[in-house]
Amino acid sequence: MSGTTSEVPDAAGALGSRRRRSAWDRAARGSVPYWLILPVAVAMVAILAYPLYQLIVISFQKYGLFELIRHAGTWIGLANYSSILHDPVFWNTVVRTIVFTIVNVGLTMLFGTLIALLLVRISTVMRILLTAGLMLVWAMPVVVAVQVWYWMTNFENGVLNYALTKLGVGDFFHHDWYVTPTSQLGMVTSLIVWGAIPFIVVAVYAGLAQVPDELVDAAEVDGARPWQVFLDVTFPVLKPIFLILTSLSIIWDFGVFTQPFLLIGESHVSTSNYLMGIYLYEEGYAKSDFGRGAAISVLMLLMVAGLSFFYVRKMWRTEDVA
Amino acid sequence: MSAASEIALTEHDPHAVDRKAVRSRRARRRRMGRTGWNLVAALVLVVMVFPVYWMIATAFKPTDDINGINPTWVPWHPTLQHFRDAMNHAYFWTDVKNSLIIVGFSVLLAIVLAFLAAIALAKYRFSGAKLFLLLIPLYVVLAKYHLTNTLTGVILVEMTFVLPFAIWMLRGFILGIPKELEEAAMVDGSSRVGAFFRILLPLVAPGLVATSVFVFITVWNEYIFANVLLSDQSKQTVTIWLSTFYGTSRNTDWGGLMAGATLTAIPVVIFFLIVQRKIAFGLTAGAVKG
Repeated sequence: MSGTTSEVPDAAGALGSRRRRSAWDRAARGSVPYWLILPVAVAMVAILAYPLYQLIVISFQKYGLFELIRHAGTWIGLANYSSILHDPVFWNTVVRTIVFTIVNVGLTMLFGTLIALLLVRISTVMRILLTAGLMLVWAMPVVVAVQVWYWMTNFENGVLNYALTKLGVGDFFHHDWYVTPTSQLGMVTSLIVWGAIPFIVVAVYAGLAQVPDELVDAAEVDGARPWQVFLDVTFPVLKPIFLILTSLSIIWDFGVFTQPFLLIGESHVSTSNYLMGIYLYEEGYAKSDFGRGAAISVLMLLMVAGLSFFYVRKMWRTEDVA
Repeated sequence: MSAASEIALTEHDPHAVDRKAVRSRRARRRRMGRTGWNLVAALVLVVMVFPVYWMIATAFKPTDDINGINPTWVPWHPTLQHFRDAMNHAYFWTDVKNSLIIVGFSVLLAIVLAFLAAIALAKYRFSGAKLFLLLIPLYVVLAKYHLTNTLTGVILVEMTFVLPFAIWMLRGFILGIPKELEEAAMVDGSSRVGAFFRILLPLVAPGLVATSVFVFITVWNEYIFANVLLSDQSKQTVTIWLSTFYGTSRNTDWGGLMAGATLTAIPVVIFFLIVQRKIAFGLTAGAVKG
């Protein structure tokens, strides 16, 4: 796939291919590319490969503050892993994070797709306005959005409480959203979904352009209901995009840290509302038990890989059947 | 469906009249539907943009309006007091300076490295690693080299998530340049270096700008590593400054907080909106070509 663009100039014909070789191709025969890559290769090894190697090494070591000062851990084999796997907090957190991820990814994809479908059906002016609004939301830094959420949902005079009360949803006057874990994580979900929608809308909207109008028209003439048109005509075309977006969202939401950490507040995060990211931070960094933290990271890495793999395979399978 | 195919329908289909009726009824329903959908879109727009509006509106409102039980929807009596407060808040300018230093060096480093790599590795593929998971080892490694609590340490860490993406984006832009242009310059007797500066660089310039902006935004917004690595208040970044704004006081200065939030968001929003199309292009090009 990656070669597609670069081959376009060559499409003119096979004739004189040597003459049309670019300077960089010619340079490829020399040592130039190696010198070009060298700084990046060194940087990548230093900032990615080496830490990854360290991560795995430290996960088998007792590595606390003492070892941090001494710059060397003590080998303890699988002790970190076994202590984590015997910790009920870990398993509760895994289950909570999986449910949280499913809810967040589901809501993000649902609203994102609905808004993308809406964009096709509205007037040009409205489409430009809505797109501009979504871009504004997309541009909001996460830390800024957290503060705005905090202000909108504060229990003394949060505008959300006021609006819900006025709309007759219930009495939310002086309602504190940050008391129960469900409510806390619900607020985090609303923040994450709000922030993630624009990217999904833009990607799905771009994908909708690939759906042939003739097919949609034909299906409608044949009396298909709108949801049937979506399931049988639109969805199959969008499937590869959904695959990418869902995998990305799963990876992002499973390891989310900033939103729950700041919105729930460091003083309020507890074992009752831990997500994996927070668990890793609290157990590994905050308690300065880096060995345990590294082991949690490795386990998370495996889980994310597993989730993505399972999902991708499932999508492939259904594609084969269809 | 085009008019031609509609004619084809009328000629060959005994139920053509029925179909035509269905079609015009459908068209009418669509027109009426469009008004409905526009209303739905307006509602979606209001819900999505409201938080941003509320942030800016609050930042301009007098404190009495902010603290009232009933919300004041529009800042009828705008004031700049909260912006003055936020800017005078402890460490604001120090942290803006720190953020700019980190962002500046990160952009410079990432662009130089990524540009060199992107030229050479035009067909390679990178993907961002799950970087939060490297929190512990990065911390331990930086501690080993006494780089915790230094801006240098943060810049190095920023490279881990910025560099792969920058290479990916730049590569897309470089692939878009026709080889013939460079060829022509070479044939005309330019040296390789001359061809680079006169042909390649001007053409890649927009891509360089877009990638720089992407790096700028990512690094400016980064919170986790800056928070973990920079414990010294005088060395922190704007995102940390904002997240600790209300401190432990019971009466939160909402006006000041929202003014601070607005100030933090402004550079990002401006840059993002300028190169939004290019970034979307870079992201999707990477995703599709990958």
